[in-house]
Amino acid sequence: MSARRVILRCAALAAALAVPLAFGQGSTVDEIAKYRAALQDGNPAELWEARGEGLWKTPRGPKAATLEKCDLGRGPGIVKGAYAELPRWFADAGRVMDLETRLVWCMVALQGFTEADATKAPFGAGNDKKSDIEALVAYVSSESRGVPMNVSLAGPKEQEAYRLGQKMFYFRGGTHDFSCATCHGEDGKRIRLQDLPNLTTTAGARKAYTTWPAYRVSQGELRTFQWRLNDCFRQQRFPELIYGSDASIALTMFLARNANGAPFDAPAIKR
Amino acid sequence: MPDPMKIRANVAGDWTEIKVLMSHEMETGQRKDAAGKVIPAWFIQNVAVTHNGRTVLSAQWGPAVAKNPFIAFKFKGGAKGDKVVVTWQDNRGEKRTDEATIG
Repeated sequence: MSARRVILRCAALAAALAVPLAFGQGSTVDEIAKYRAALQDGNPAELWEARGEGLWKTPRGPKAATLEKCDLGRGPGIVKGAYAELPRWFADAGRVMDLETRLVWCMVALQGFTEADATKAPFGAGNDKKSDIEALVAYVSSESRGVPMNVSLAGPKEQEAYRLGQKMFYFRGGTHDFSCATCHGEDGKRIRLQDLPNLTTTAGARKAYTTWPAYRVSQGELRTFQWRLNDCFRQQRFPELIYGSDASIALTMFLARNANGAPFDAPAIKR
Repeated sequence: MPDPMKIRANVAGDWTEIKVLMSHEMETGQRKDAAGKVIPAWFIQNVAVTHNGRTVLSAQWGPAVAKNPFIAFKFKGGAKGDKVVVTWQDNRGEKRTDEATIG
């Protein structure tokens, strides 16, 4: 679905008519910021949050269980602030996990889904192919809004994931000989008119990580961090990033940890 | 059954501001699927908002309105605790009604 979002508001319309033509890069960035601000009020991500909350509390799967006993790291059923501490080591699974892999783990362990069933629609596509995981991620992450990022590297496995993620961030490969750092290692880089955050600076890493997941207006879908990484890999012409793989979690760990201290501010809205 | 709406209703001075977020595909009827077949139009046609049984907004929409539409408007005469009822109906005849309390 194209970006056809109409805001029925006289003030917004008047503002749009008054906007002069944007020529320079600076003014384009300002206009995109204004566009985001206009959409912020009435972010459709709220629809995903509401659906996710319903999914969390509804008995589902072969075991007809809810996810309310799911331990996201702060104890069974505690959702508040959980996203700001992920990824982390989970002893019961013997693995460092991000939110999405943990949700899949809970759907398998508590609700009795097979792993294939739980991961069959990680990224939604319209009304006929809604993603339960995207909705659950919207709900869980919304419960960390305003909570400062606090990802721990206390355990050896967590440190290992961080180091692996760091290595991946600077690893060049693929047909274009790109690394993540090729686009995200300097200020002022952009793809077409979209400014790219410099993830090697604290400010850049914080701003980027704390605004995902996000509702993408151009897609009409709520997108998670796994989707973000998956699409970066596609743009880099890397092999497809396997959903919930250790590699995807390691990269998430590196980026999440670098955002530590910043208040989490998502689900956000993006072009 | 369509997904519920998110409704916010707040008093600010003389005015009551209503903000509604609806979950709807809003297909234009102009797009084609991967097989080249036209995806039929599917959009909200009528929106009605009532306050204590009095209609405060009545709108006719077409396929140009965005997916997951958002509408915000103000009216006079609302008080805290009053009920506001929002209903939409699409061109397939599907309907959704939700209510909110003015805060």
